[in-house]
Amino acid sequence: MTAVLAPPAGAGPTRRPAPPPSPAPGSAARARRRRALAWFALLAGPNVALLVLFVYKPLVESFYLSTMQWNLGSPVARFVGLGNYVEWFTADSTARVLTTTAVFTLTTVGGALVLGLGLALLLDRRLPGRGLARTVAFAPYVLSGYAVGILWLFIFDPRYGLMSAVLRGFGVASPQWYTVEPWPLVMIIVVYLWKHLGYVALIYLAGLQGVPQDLRDAAALDGASPGRTLRSVVLPLLAPTTFFLLVTMMLASLQSFDVIRSMTQGGPLGSTTTLMYQIYTEGFVNGRAGYASAGATILFLLLLAVTAVQLRFLERKVHYA
Amino acid sequence: MLALDAAGLMTLAAATLVLGAPLLWMLLASLKRPDELYALPLQWLPDALDLGNYAQAARTIPLGTLFANSVGLTVVGSGLKVALGLCCAYALVFLDVPFRRTVFVVVIAALMIPPQITIIPNYTFVASLGWLNTYQGILVPGLASAFGTFLFRQHFLTLPRSVLEAADLDGAGHWRRLWRFVVPMSLPTIAAVTLVSVVNEWNDYLWPFLVVDDPRKMTLPVGLTLLQNVEGMTAWGVLLAATTVVTLPVLVVFLVLQRRLVAGLTAGAVTG
Repeated sequence: MTAVLAPPAGAGPTRRPAPPPSPAPGSAARARRRRALAWFALLAGPNVALLVLFVYKPLVESFYLSTMQWNLGSPVARFVGLGNYVEWFTADSTARVLTTTAVFTLTTVGGALVLGLGLALLLDRRLPGRGLARTVAFAPYVLSGYAVGILWLFIFDPRYGLMSAVLRGFGVASPQWYTVEPWPLVMIIVVYLWKHLGYVALIYLAGLQGVPQDLRDAAALDGASPGRTLRSVVLPLLAPTTFFLLVTMMLASLQSFDVIRSMTQGGPLGSTTTLMYQIYTEGFVNGRAGYASAGATILFLLLLAVTAVQLRFLERKVHYA
Repeated sequence: MLALDAAGLMTLAAATLVLGAPLLWMLLASLKRPDELYALPLQWLPDALDLGNYAQAARTIPLGTLFANSVGLTVVGSGLKVALGLCCAYALVFLDVPFRRTVFVVVIAALMIPPQITIIPNYTFVASLGWLNTYQGILVPGLASAFGTFLFRQHFLTLPRSVLEAADLDGAGHWRRLWRFVVPMSLPTIAAVTLVSVVNEWNDYLWPFLVVDDPRKMTLPVGLTLLQNVEGMTAWGVLLAATTVVTLPVLVVFLVLQRRLVAGLTAGAVTG
C-alpha cells in the first residue's frame, strides 16, 4: 500500500517529498485537506449523525408537537398554536404539580448538600473505617433507581418494614407511608437522598482536600471554634463546589423518574406527580402526546435556565482543570 | 481532642450503619421464607438460606432471559458508545478541518438535552421504524456519546504531541494512530468512561420500559415492573429476590473497580 507521508513538523517549505510531475501549486495541500475531511466524516460522522437523529431532531419535533392536539399513535393532529400551553398554565392540576416539583427538588437538593457536606467533613478526618464508610455511602449512587425504589418500599412497609420496627423501638407508630399525604412524598425524598448522598459527599471531599490545611490551622490558632472555622474559612472556599453541586443536583432532581415510578406511580391522588412524571403520564398513559410535549418544553426551558446560570457563573468563578 | 475523635468515630459508624442497612436488609430478606418475612417482631436473620424467592421470581418472569438481555445490551451498548466517543474525540482533536469547533459545540450542547425531554418524538420515530420490542429499538437511540466524547477530547488535548508526530513520520494512518498510539495512552480515561456507560446502560429504565412490553425482550429493571404487576406490589420475598438480581452485579463491579468508576462518575465536577 502506498502510505502518504505527512510532513515532518517544522521542516519548512522544502519538506514535501518530490511531488509527481508538475502538480499545480497547492494541489497536494488540497488533497491533504480533502483526506482530512474524509477522515473527519468517517470518525466523527456516526456520532454526530446519531446526535442529530435522536437528540436534536426530536427536540425540534417536540417543540412542534407541543403546538398540536395529537394523541399518541393517532393519524390526525390538529394545530392549536399555544393552546396546550394555555391549558397547562390554567389547569387545576398544574399548581399541584409545580408545588410537588418544587418541594421535591428543593428538599432533595438542600438535604443532599447539607448532609453530604456533613458526611464529607466526617470523612475528611483521619478516622479508622472511613474507607468503608466512603464505599457504603457511594454504593447506592450506582444502583438502579427502580430497584432501589422497591427495596425501600419494603423498608417503609407500615407493618413488616424495617422503618416501622425502628419507629416502634422509639415508641412511635409507623405512618401510613403508602397512602396518607404527605408521607408518600416524604418517602420518595428519603430514598432520593439516600441514593445521592455519597455522590455529594465525595465531591465535597475532593473540594475539602483543596482547602489548605494551614488556613484551618491558622484559624484554630487565632482561637476560632471549629464551627467558626467552617463558616468563615472552609465554606467560602467551597463555594464553587457548592454551586456545582447545586446545579447538578437540581438538574438530576428535576428529571428524576425511576424512583417515583417504582414507588408511587405519581400517586396517591397525584401527590407525588412531578413535572417529569406528568409528562410521562400525559404522554404514555393518557396518550395526550401534544399536551405532554408542551410539558416537556416547559421542563426543557427550566433545565436550560438552570444550566445557563451555571455557565455564566462557571466562566467567572471556576477555572477549568 | 480524643473525646472529639471518639464522637467522630461514633457518628461515622452510625452513618455507615444507616446508609448500609437497606442493602443488607434486601439481601437478607430475599433469602427469607414467607413466615420469616412476615413475622412480628421482625426476624433479623433467616434460619436457613432459602432460594425459594429466587425460584418463584424466575417462574413468574423469564429471569434468565432478562439477565442475558441486560448483559448483552450493556456490553454492546457501552462498547459502541465508547468506540463512537473515541473516534469522534480523535477527529475533534487531531483532524484539522475548518468546522470542527462547530461540531464540538454540537456534541457538547447535546449534554443539555436530557433523553427525558425527547421521549415522545423518539418513541414515535422508533415505532415508525418498526423497532418497538426489538433490541435495536432499546439500544440505538441512546448510543450517541456526548459525555464520553467530551472527556476523551479533554484527555487527548493533554497527550504529548511528540509521540504522535513520531507516529506521523512513521506513515501511520489515522486509524492506526488512533488504535496504536492514542488509545493505549488513554486507558484510564477509557476505563472510567466505559464503567460509567456500563452502569448507565444496566440501570436504564424509562426508555426500555417505553419501547418493550414483550417479556422476552425486556431488560432486568423493566422486568421488575412486570413482576410488580403480576405478583403484587407487596410480594416482598419475590420482589426483593429480583431486586437483588438487578443490583448485585453492579454492586460487585463497583466494589472491584471502585476507584475508576468513582473517577468517571465524578469527572464532571473537575472538568466543569
